[in-house]
Amino acid sequence: MHLSLRMKMTPSRREALWAYGFISPWIVGFLIFTIGPMIVSFVLAFTRYNVISPAQWVGLSNYSKILSGDPLFWQSLKVTFVYAGLSLAPGLVLGLGLAILLNTDVPGISLWRTIYYLPSIISGVAVAILWGFVLNPRFGVVNWLLSLMGIKGPGWLSSTRWALPALAIMSLWGVGGGMILYLSALQSIPTPLYDAAKVDGANAWHRFWYVTLPMISPVIFYNLVMGTIGTFQYFTSVYVLTAGSGSPANATLFYNLYLYNNAFRYNQMGYASGLAWLLFLIVLFFTLLIFRSSAAWVYYEGQLKGRGR
Amino acid sequence: MRVTSEQLERPLVRAPSRPLLGIPISELISKIAILLILSAGAAVVMLPLVWMISTSLKTMGQVAVFPPIWIPDPILWKNYPEALTFIPFARYTLNSVKVALLSGAGVLISCSLVAYGFARFRAPGLEILFLVLLSTIMLPPQVTLIPVYLLFDRLHWIDTLKPLIVPAFFGNAYDVFLLRQFFMTIPLEMDDAARIDGCGPLGIFWRIMLPLSKPAVATVAILHFMWAWNDFFNPLIYLHHRENWTLAVGLQGFRQLYSTKINLLMAASFVAVLPCILLFFFAQRLFIQGVVITGVKG
Repeated sequence: MHLSLRMKMTPSRREALWAYGFISPWIVGFLIFTIGPMIVSFVLAFTRYNVISPAQWVGLSNYSKILSGDPLFWQSLKVTFVYAGLSLAPGLVLGLGLAILLNTDVPGISLWRTIYYLPSIISGVAVAILWGFVLNPRFGVVNWLLSLMGIKGPGWLSSTRWALPALAIMSLWGVGGGMILYLSALQSIPTPLYDAAKVDGANAWHRFWYVTLPMISPVIFYNLVMGTIGTFQYFTSVYVLTAGSGSPANATLFYNLYLYNNAFRYNQMGYASGLAWLLFLIVLFFTLLIFRSSAAWVYYEGQLKGRGR
Repeated sequence: MRVTSEQLERPLVRAPSRPLLGIPISELISKIAILLILSAGAAVVMLPLVWMISTSLKTMGQVAVFPPIWIPDPILWKNYPEALTFIPFARYTLNSVKVALLSGAGVLISCSLVAYGFARFRAPGLEILFLVLLSTIMLPPQVTLIPVYLLFDRLHWIDTLKPLIVPAFFGNAYDVFLLRQFFMTIPLEMDDAARIDGCGPLGIFWRIMLPLSKPAVATVAILHFMWAWNDFFNPLIYLHHRENWTLAVGLQGFRQLYSTKINLLMAASFVAVLPCILLFFFAQRLFIQGVVITGVKG
């Protein structure tokens, strides 16, 4: 029996077995840690569940409460989007600008690149603690710099108005991460393109606008997608700096923080699951939106070749 | 920034520029301008780090002073031993090292095997599964968070390091993708040659793929170490008792309890980020490669 099975196995069948054998750790993990939990959390979202007593079926009431009776949900959405706007756009401009400057052959270029990249590799709690003091209104470095320019700095993290800009400034410290991506994109642009543009009489601005920007637009696009999604994962800094409260007056109540508080502080696992699924829909919507709109402005090299023929 | 770069690249001197030290004057001026911008920016970027190190060596009296004192007087080296004994720093570090190394081993073993499966074999459904794998990058982790927590709760794994280590043995999309991309660049002729020499699929994996992919494997190892070292969310959820904390959670606890001991906090924070800084300097190239291939991780 065993022998006949072996003989019947064609090479392609054997190859398939090997393939599935090699990827089996991921398949098992996918079932245990992704698909299974997705189903469970989908169901949990229709229940009231505090871990201690059994879950109670409540139908759509979690969702209806979130959408119509929970001002903190809307506040956390607002906080997340405002922060995305405040951090992504300056991050893009600054990261790209830096990459352009660091793509020249000025002396000590690798030292400059290291300096600008360094802050982006240290992250997490230590950096949040550091920035809590750097942004201190009374003795912080940021307000000291502003005072050198004759500006009296605001209260930053203690002010409802300046707390989010403060966190955005902190995120700009890690702009080196985006800079490295833009730099490698810049370096992959073939120089003949620039030479051809020069022959056609293009000045530096034209070369940037008509050659550089179209060539690196896929990277910009990728960064924007990941940045938007990343904002919905924002947690560590704001948890450390506000002790998980989203203070002052919920001005830094990020979506992820609100979800965490519901799940692990108030033990409302059903409600938090509902929040998680709404988050899923929001992220899906933005991913699709950016993907669809990308056709208008993202340039992939293959397209031009097709047009040229 | 855009405007500046335009101005920098445009020849500032119209007339046929005379070379100075073999460099045309216009180019020289633009280089000096770029250097000025870069050094001003670099000073601003380095300021927080300088403040951190300087504050970690200050007496309490010099900490919260305006304008900031940049060179501590006296230089208090004993802040470091004090900070590291003020909290069970060694214990937290040990936990962090355990998590980073063991989960790192899990990531390397599982992701390289899975990546090999996706890179070198053809089977019905395999391409679709690869797309499924990639799409999990877009899945917000919160969607699976609560059931996974409840699962570990049922297993009585809360307050152990297991929830931070075991899942790593089941592969993840980022690292599988990075390794698969690298495996694809290894010529198929290598596999054929090994096959003629009598190697099976496992032999090819062990003798061809892994040895030829050392840079990619090292990149995955380093990026994962950094991620695990800095991870705060998962240890926060799974580790409740003080003695089980990793460094990230321990630092946060330190800050919450003694937020006024700024010099000690900065000393502890600096020691906590030091491994990442050292790792970066030792393996800068691998690092940047990895980041460029996968985009920013985490």
